Amino acid sequence: MNFGAVSAIYRAEMARFFRTLLQSFISPVISTSLYFVVFGSAIGGRIQEVEGIAYAAFIVPGLVMLSVMTQATSNASFAIYFPKFIGTMYEYLSAPISFFEITLGFVGAAATKALFIGLVILATATLFVDLTILHPVSMLAFLILTCISFSLLGFIIGIWAKNFEQLQLIPLLVITPLVFLGGSFYSISMLPPAWQVVTRFNPVVYLISGFRWSFFGQADVPIGVSLLAISGFTALCLGIIWLIFRTGWRIRS
Amino acid sequence: MAPIVSVRDLTKTYAGGFTALDGVSLDIEEGEIIALLGPNGAGKTTLISTICGITMPTGGTVEVGGHDVVRDWRQARDLIGLVPQEIALEPFSTVWNNVRFTRGLFDRPRDDAHLERLLRDLSLWEKRDAKVMELSGGMKRRVLIAKALSHGPRILFLDEPTAGVDVELRRDMWRVVERLRGEGVTIILTTHYIEEAEAIADRIGVISKGRIMLVERTEDLMRRLGRKELRIELAEPVEALPDTLRREGLERVDGGQALVYTYDTHAERTGITALLADLQAAGLQLADLSTSNSSLEEIFVGLVKEDAA
Repeated sequence: MNFGAVSAIYRAEMARFFRTLLQSFISPVISTSLYFVVFGSAIGGRIQEVEGIAYAAFIVPGLVMLSVMTQATSNASFAIYFPKFIGTMYEYLSAPISFFEITLGFVGAAATKALFIGLVILATATLFVDLTILHPVSMLAFLILTCISFSLLGFIIGIWAKNFEQLQLIPLLVITPLVFLGGSFYSISMLPPAWQVVTRFNPVVYLISGFRWSFFGQADVPIGVSLLAISGFTALCLGIIWLIFRTGWRIRS
Repeated sequence: MAPIVSVRDLTKTYAGGFTALDGVSLDIEEGEIIALLGPNGAGKTTLISTICGITMPTGGTVEVGGHDVVRDWRQARDLIGLVPQEIALEPFSTVWNNVRFTRGLFDRPRDDAHLERLLRDLSLWEKRDAKVMELSGGMKRRVLIAKALSHGPRILFLDEPTAGVDVELRRDMWRVVERLRGEGVTIILTTHYIEEAEAIADRIGVISKGRIMLVERTEDLMRRLGRKELRIELAEPVEALPDTLRREGLERVDGGQALVYTYDTHAERTGITALLADLQAAGLQLADLSTSNSSLEEIFVGLVKEDAA
């Protein structure tokens, strides 16, 4: 195992993050505050509470998940696409590093950044609402698993992408709608029965539900199912990456 | 001693059907400098890429330091440093961090003294804290070389290192190469500058259309094919060569306006002194003298043409 290489990649990626720390830090804080103003105060003024939880507090897990998923995906996809774009991929291919180690470095860094942003948003949220976390360990576990699995997804997108448009395509067309329709801002039970069935096919529902359970002890789907869903998603991404590296698809000629 | 790089019947056919390497076999001894010459698209870069692990071979084997590059890739790649043809660097990171990063990829412990020496040798020390994007093209190329040497490789690949490079950098680069040669590092370079191969390489290999046309010691190649022509312009044309001047290698050209004498530069006696004395004795007035090389360039062009015919 080449730990030196994993650490070199991880540190280089984190250095990129810290170079733009202000943007990395300020932008999630501002957007979260805006969400709270719009959803929490404006809409929350009418909805009051969902399933016995104040609406402003109810949306916190969804808000955190929304940012974490999009940040993890875009960070990881950009990180691996960039060497392809500027031509430094040769360096990774000719060094004594396995593909597993490359993935570990890149995905580890992308997941760390997403986790950092998730925690910042959580901290921002406490400025607006009273928040109690019923199951902090499970909350952290869900958060970390989501950071990792969506970084893996981003990594796949970055390898697949042939240009910057494609790099933006999946996050824009797939992830954002799935997150918005995944019960970030409402409970699934608030939907008409037909839409409740459709929603069951949205994997993000399981993640947000499980994450929300960690906060309030209430969930749209059983916690075990949520855990199974996120583990399955992580395993699927790992499998795809393993296949990509085995075949050298879009990486090695 | 076993060769440090051993290429056996290597073939590479790309997905599009293009055969870049067509049964290449080549042994490279430890500590030698070998230059690979060939026209664009001959397969030089593909050969290097396959040895370094960037491209997967379609057939044949490559061993580096006794390690198969496909099976024992980690051990094989550990010995290699590669300077690619195209400039490709992380633009937002500093020179120092760029070089340190590569050392990290090869799992070497931090060694600031080694990196400092490297940067000083390549006249990069003053620029160590500059971002790569702020550097000139020549400086970026120096960074590429520093990166390739950051982990102390036993084998260094230089893919067209002097293409579009100024005199100063070329001089710095050859100084580094000389030092590496002294340390026993094996160097494999591809180049279009034939004089460069002639000046620096122990052996020269010529590649064309994915095949090795020849590999020979530079001096043997030069001796075999390194002939020179002495052109003697005469003040007055001569009708025929006087008997005293008749000898092997001397011809009357341009209707007797000039004489051309072909000789071997490596021979013990070139015969020039005798010829000039005989010219004077024959009473011929000389207007001008010039010599020209039958250089490696001509050899090379000849070989490639032969192959095309």
